Amino acid sequence: MATLRRSMLFVPGNNPALVKDAQIYGSDSIIFDLEDSVAPAEKDAARLLVWSSLRSTDYGRVEKVVRVNGIDTPWFREDVEAMVRAGIEVIRLPKTEGPADIARLEELVGALERTAGRPSGSVRLMAALEGPLAILNAYEIATSSKRLVAIALSAEDFVTSMRTTRSSEGVELAEARGRIVLAARAAGVMAIDTVFTDVADSEGFLREARLAKQLGFDGKSVITPAQIPLLHGVFAPTKEELRRARRVIAAAAEAKVRGLGVISLDGKMIDRPIIDRAQGLVDLARASGMRVEDKE
Amino acid sequence: MKAKDGGGRTLPETIAGFGKVAAFAGAWASAANRGAPRKLLSAGRPSKLLGSIDEAIRRSGLESGMTVSFHHHFREGDLVVNLVMDAIARAGIRDLTIAPSSLTNVHAPLVEHCRRGVIKRIYTSGLRGELAEQVSRGLLEAPVVIHSHGGRSRAIREGTIRPDVAFLGVPSCDRAGNARGWSGESACGSLGYAMVDARHACSVVLLTDFLEDYPAIPASIGQELVDWVVQVDRVGDPAGISKGATRLPKDPRELLIARRAVQAIDAAGVIRDGFSFQTGSGGSSLAAVRFLRELMLERGVKASFALGGITSQTARMLEEGLVGALLDVQSFDSDAARSLAANSRHYEIDATCYADPHAAGCAVDQLDVVVLSALEIDMAFNVNVITGSDGVIRGASGGHSDTAAGSGLAVVVAPLVRGRTASVVDRVETIVTPGESVDLVVTDYGLAVNPRRADLAAALRKGGLEVLEIGELREIAERITGVPEPVEHGNRIVGVVEYRDGTVIDLIRDVRA
Repeated sequence: MATLRRSMLFVPGNNPALVKDAQIYGSDSIIFDLEDSVAPAEKDAARLLVWSSLRSTDYGRVEKVVRVNGIDTPWFREDVEAMVRAGIEVIRLPKTEGPADIARLEELVGALERTAGRPSGSVRLMAALEGPLAILNAYEIATSSKRLVAIALSAEDFVTSMRTTRSSEGVELAEARGRIVLAARAAGVMAIDTVFTDVADSEGFLREARLAKQLGFDGKSVITPAQIPLLHGVFAPTKEELRRARRVIAAAAEAKVRGLGVISLDGKMIDRPIIDRAQGLVDLARASGMRVEDKE
Repeated sequence: MKAKDGGGRTLPETIAGFGKVAAFAGAWASAANRGAPRKLLSAGRPSKLLGSIDEAIRRSGLESGMTVSFHHHFREGDLVVNLVMDAIARAGIRDLTIAPSSLTNVHAPLVEHCRRGVIKRIYTSGLRGELAEQVSRGLLEAPVVIHSHGGRSRAIREGTIRPDVAFLGVPSCDRAGNARGWSGESACGSLGYAMVDARHACSVVLLTDFLEDYPAIPASIGQELVDWVVQVDRVGDPAGISKGATRLPKDPRELLIARRAVQAIDAAGVIRDGFSFQTGSGGSSLAAVRFLRELMLERGVKASFALGGITSQTARMLEEGLVGALLDVQSFDSDAARSLAANSRHYEIDATCYADPHAAGCAVDQLDVVVLSALEIDMAFNVNVITGSDGVIRGASGGHSDTAAGSGLAVVVAPLVRGRTASVVDRVETIVTPGESVDLVVTDYGLAVNPRRADLAAALRKGGLEVLEIGELREIAERITGVPEPVEHGNRIVGVVEYRDGTVIDLIRDVRA
């Protein structure tokens, strides 16, 4: 099954109650945060907590991501080293401005993989785009490394740089969102939308999640577990989509049994990409908690 | 045949086919025979109004060695128990059995009354705080008897608990003793537990801080049951009445458990038009109401009734038409109390009607599903809600075993690990609810179905839910917490846990450490 990143749950790296079993909430990824949610005085403690949790806790099938401190901070190197050694799957670099930032991170990660005895290329990267320059460089960033799996919009810093604020309609983010999805699709990586910070406003969250999905984003960062089921609901296929996908798969299976080279459904030819997309949709439906095996 | 002087008539001493004749002897002549002498006003009407608690104690005929009862509708805001027990101690009365419907953290002053021999024995649904701590260490010679809410009604009706005097705080009443819980500054809503005491105690004293004009009707406790009325400054602290066990949950873990519980209840096929439910106190079970409501709105399903401890959330569902009626033995917050006053389909019921197992019928038997909290659950699905993992009493039996036995589906919710202790264990510290009444356990790490309910496990799996063995949950918990040293107990029995039918289901022994 293809990797899903519908929901990436931020977990403050200095909160043991959340760090110890953040996988129970069922997000596709957990982002252990060593950056903005951790005060300078607690940076070392948070790094140590996440390091030891990664080594001792079975997080199951949930993808383990860490948001390290930025390249120009005194904590960056130690963060990356500790996380690579602890077995992190993805490192999310905040405030990525251009491809050079990713190159620096990649060099460090590559060296650490060797000393830590991890397979070369096993640590993947993700870039958070937080300023106007980063948005303009989106495609260059998205294509800067084979390790890179996703680029993400980080809206709070972005709107400040743009001398505006976040609105419920999100018009101030329209250009940035559009460019990020374009760049991600062109580069063949995932596009992740920004967090929605009003945890009490589930209607507003749903509105924004639907917008992100419609724009083509693969998922969204979330700051509270309560947003995860809502998000997965938005990204779930419709019953009609699921029904069609199952018919495509059934037709393909039947053609195989009967040894037919050409597969057709309702008089139309079905090729490999259509079958793959149908399989992906069935996987997504299953991940969304839909009853895939139901009889029609 | 000897004539007797009645109201001017001549009456025989006996009449064939009728029996002995007690002749009329004056309008208030027999009032004096009702236990304690009543004060007669000049007009000849007995007034029930007394000036102080001390006077009420005197007039009630309370003596050393008797039993007094109270209710806990004011929860953590109760002022009555401490006020009355202080007055009893002042009067030099000793060796009492106290039989409150439950006790909370505010009743720590009772420790001193136990030490001094004012209190000799306690019957209660629960104990918390300092009193619970001391009782667990052997404060009293006689063990405290823990009963369920239904079990208490049964015990009082059958005479196992026989209150000589019930001291009942009421948010409002009139001078004749017509009392209710939904008006006044200390409004607590339903008086469901107190109604049982009022009906069966030998003598009933009401304490109130809001004296209404006569007649305060409809009344929860009617004047026909009340001997004395005392006005005091305050009976309850409104802030404490809806405190503690009924906070509104925001914790993501509790919300996760609640959502998963509702998914399971849905997969079990319970949520259909006309179904009924109850949710206990505690974060996850309260949060379950929220998800239940969302699902009912989405599906257009309506429940016939909700039972039990009623909260603002269930009251709102009544007003939205999602629930046909509320049967309220205890109101958990001020919104529920207001709803009881305002909504004609919000009914107050007493503990007998709620859960008495030996009554001709009780409401818990009509329940389709109940969601209950737990401190511990073991491999046999037995549930502990009374003692902590350190063996110290810190909870209440409440309606746990009553509703688990009565409802079609009994769901127990708990975080798998609390602090550093596991909730799913090999053997619970104390059994309150037997595993045979528990169908489903839902935790933040997954859910387990009682092997007695293979049908339920199949339904949940069919609904796409992963069903674990209870042993798997214990193993996950053990991986996190390790295996704890067993609690060190002494040989003294400090508590006897009664099942709702009056049989003994477990014992609580004193803790050493």
